Amino acid sequence: MATIAPPRTPTVFKRPQSTTGFWSWITTVDHKKIAILYGYTAFSFFIIGGVEALLLRIQLAGPDGTFLTAAQYNGLFTTHAVTMIFLFVMPMASAFFNYLLPLMLGARDVAFPRMNAVSYWIFLFGGIFIYSSIIFGTNPAPVGGNLPGGALDASPLGSIPGGGWFLYAPNSGPQFSPGTSIDYAVLGLQILGVASLISSVNFIVTIFNMRTKGMRLLRMPVFVWMTMIVAFLLLFSLPIIAIALFMLTTDRQFGTVFFEAASGGDPILWQNLFWLFGHPEVYVLILPAMGIVSEVLPVFSRKPLFGYPAIVFAGGAIAFLGFGVWAHHMLASDIPTVAQAAFGLSTMTIAIPTGIKIFNWIATIWGGRIRLTTPMLFSLGFVALFVIGGLSGVTHAVVPSDWQQTDTYYIVAHLHYVLFGGAIFGLFSGIYYWFPKLTGRMYNERLGQIHFGLMFFGMNLTFGPMHWLGLQGMVRRTWVYSADTGLGPWNLVVTIGSFVIATSILVFMFNWTWSKRKGEIAPNDPWDARTLEWTIPSPTPEYNFGVKPTVTVLDDFWHQKYDEDDEGRAVRRPEADELVDQLIEANGNPETEIRLPAPSYFPIIAGFGMMLLAYGIIYHTRPWGIPLIVIGILMLVSSLLGWGGEPVEEVHEDAGVDPTDPESDTEVVNPDPESAPPELVGVDDR
Amino acid sequence: MTDIAHDDLDEAAGEHDSHGHHESTGVDNRKLGMWFFLSSEFLFFGTLITNYLIFKGRDFGPGSIYPVEFYDIPFTSISSFVLLMSSLTMVLAHAALARGDQNQTRTWLAATAMLGLVFVSGQFFEFTEFVLEGLKLSSNPAASAFYLLTGFHGIHVVVGVVLLLSLWGKSVRQPEGLSPEQGLNVELVGLYWHFVDIIWIVIFVVVYLIQ
Ligand code: HEM
Ligand SMILES: [Cu+2]
Repeated sequence: MATIAPPRTPTVFKRPQSTTGFWSWITTVDHKKIAILYGYTAFSFFIIGGVEALLLRIQLAGPDGTFLTAAQYNGLFTTHAVTMIFLFVMPMASAFFNYLLPLMLGARDVAFPRMNAVSYWIFLFGGIFIYSSIIFGTNPAPVGGNLPGGALDASPLGSIPGGGWFLYAPNSGPQFSPGTSIDYAVLGLQILGVASLISSVNFIVTIFNMRTKGMRLLRMPVFVWMTMIVAFLLLFSLPIIAIALFMLTTDRQFGTVFFEAASGGDPILWQNLFWLFGHPEVYVLILPAMGIVSEVLPVFSRKPLFGYPAIVFAGGAIAFLGFGVWAHHMLASDIPTVAQAAFGLSTMTIAIPTGIKIFNWIATIWGGRIRLTTPMLFSLGFVALFVIGGLSGVTHAVVPSDWQQTDTYYIVAHLHYVLFGGAIFGLFSGIYYWFPKLTGRMYNERLGQIHFGLMFFGMNLTFGPMHWLGLQGMVRRTWVYSADTGLGPWNLVVTIGSFVIATSILVFMFNWTWSKRKGEIAPNDPWDARTLEWTIPSPTPEYNFGVKPTVTVLDDFWHQKYDEDDEGRAVRRPEADELVDQLIEANGNPETEIRLPAPSYFPIIAGFGMMLLAYGIIYHTRPWGIPLIVIGILMLVSSLLGWGGEPVEEVHEDAGVDPTDPESDTEVVNPDPESAPPELVGVDDR
Repeated sequence: MTDIAHDDLDEAAGEHDSHGHHESTGVDNRKLGMWFFLSSEFLFFGTLITNYLIFKGRDFGPGSIYPVEFYDIPFTSISSFVLLMSSLTMVLAHAALARGDQNQTRTWLAATAMLGLVFVSGQFFEFTEFVLEGLKLSSNPAASAFYLLTGFHGIHVVVGVVLLLSLWGKSVRQPEGLSPEQGLNVELVGLYWHFVDIIWIVIFVVVYLIQ
């Protein structure tokens, strides 16, 4: 078990050494810490996006609202959507992927730990970049536009990017959006795309290559499968939006006219490119939640997941079909009738694999011994609300029906039932379910249930009436309606609903902060679960598994604990408790040295360089624009080169060592210049 | 998911997991990552090429000019040939490394980088000519799509050249040449380089030859 300690390679900076405190977070490459960074950052953006939504609802609470100006309203609904989609749901899903993939696969980290950190920092700086338009952005009204006041809305909220999250060109082009604020959205999305692309490659390789012994593909938890599908969706859809955004950037910055109809450009091309990305993107948002629900439902029904292969297959089918339905977002645009019919039909076929999943979940809980804990409630809520959203989705697939609905609040209702009722309920289910794993403590069940109750009620109060408001003709993305439309009363209800949701989030935040410190100490396998992350101590030790697990069947852990009686019902083996204790004991006390990926400064530098580059592009006509571009590129390149000269792994001397001991993880074991998986030195598998 | 079949192999691979590295598919992480990254790049260039095809024949009003009118096919054929040859030298570099012939590896790496540079200079020259003759980035969407496509390809070549030169630099600085670890890097850069070449062949045929 000899570890060779080669001479240290000198690097530009002193090697990062802290294992706790501020610097340990800045330089971390540990998938669990990165997950926590993702989680807190995403949640902060959730609060921002939520406050934006409340401002929108205050404006619409009654007819002829004067709370916001038109430009502020435009900006707020745009940043609300961009924030919720790209800065909350996606990174929050990424937090789950990061934390759980290695644990569920029985690995010590993801395939490329430093790339993982790079993704996080690029994401963070991308988010900051978008919001920095509050300070630096300008938003003058277009010449001839119909916003009252005409001139610049110089208020901070007036200078956030407007134009909708889909940034329809030419509305987002230089003529109709002359200020710089749109540039922040366009380049910000480009930056976020880079972060997602890097993490997709990372997650796919992790899933293919980091599985522990016996973890065949069809023995992986459904959550892992959904992660893989999401990563593939991103891998194949991000390049498309990247091109579209580049084209918009050259239109805005370098005088091209890709999307200006008057000069021979093609506005429909933007819509095609955007939705070729955009529809797969909606599955990127929902599939992680589906994965979480597929883990939670069987555990709290004490039954196996019904139809595991069908759920996995349906996930793949949804993803595949998802690339062939994009034009259903454009049914009201100038596209041929045949295409409309074809895309209507292809959209309806997606309901089939979606339906398969729903029936599988229902069959999973059917006849189970159900425990109505908070995560279970959120998962059940997910199923119920997602069905409603899916059904209204099918109604938009009927072309003439969609012509009536498009650009009305009916669409807003649909997308919030699938995104809020779907994605966000799924994510909260996961937050509660894995809370004990993350913190080693239990959340407060009562508060959890109050959170669920308020959120479920508030959600339906908010988005339910939008269906009929839409059918009554209330248009989307408009900042006022007059009293004689009669839309006032239901709008007031909607606004009240949104504050109920906000209250429920406060309850959650209180529960989180309180339980993290004062909650009951959690047992190691509190839910009597089935996946590998519950075979290790909570909170997860730095090295994850003291002993690398071997898997022989799907839900291996469960089968170790449970047998079947003559009628096929699960019966807990008498020795199960002892087995769990032994596993935890072994995993908490590794006998040998473990090498962990070494912390690094370079990821954050690369992320920062990326942001400077984007500023440089916006201001490339100013004297300091080009220098910014150069500095940005230099930071990117030098951090990549510096990274190449840095050791990858450092020894985790042994689990008994005090983690605050400054000596404990500074020993360089392997100056291997590239990322390599963390590994165990000379321990045989169980 | 052909990988399901691999899983039986992976069981076996687990047995001689002596040095700690364990890749379930038997393919190195970095190589697998490169493959998936390149699959994304295929869509990147696929979108750019489609974009050019959409605009190339559009009517932009009186006096509209098209990239086709400016092509110098013999010139571009030669530079395409140069890039094609660089794939050959890349293969030679890799083969030399496999034989353990560090000297030849060094030579062929340098040759590949040089050929890549020649190609990029050719493109630079071509762009300059086009602009001088009146085809600008902002002339019309067809011209813009042409520059966007070939420009992004050029950037990819430049990145490849930088990677090649950094490998070459390492092999010159280290007396014993490239280590086996760095040998994998040669393979990775090779994958990338061949990809960039293949894309160019497609561009050359679809954009330049088929008119
Ligand atoms: C059975 C499944 C679904 C069907 C048939 C469906 C169908 C549709 C259709 C046809 C539209 C376009 C309506 C219009 O603009 O006129 C639409 C909009 C939308 N859908 Fe879905 N959908 C489904 C599931 C989902 C899911 C799972 C999500 C996200 C998690 C989602 C998110 C959205 C969003 C965000 C929009 C609005 C886009 C915008 O204009 O900003 N949908 N849906
Ligand atoms: Cu869609």
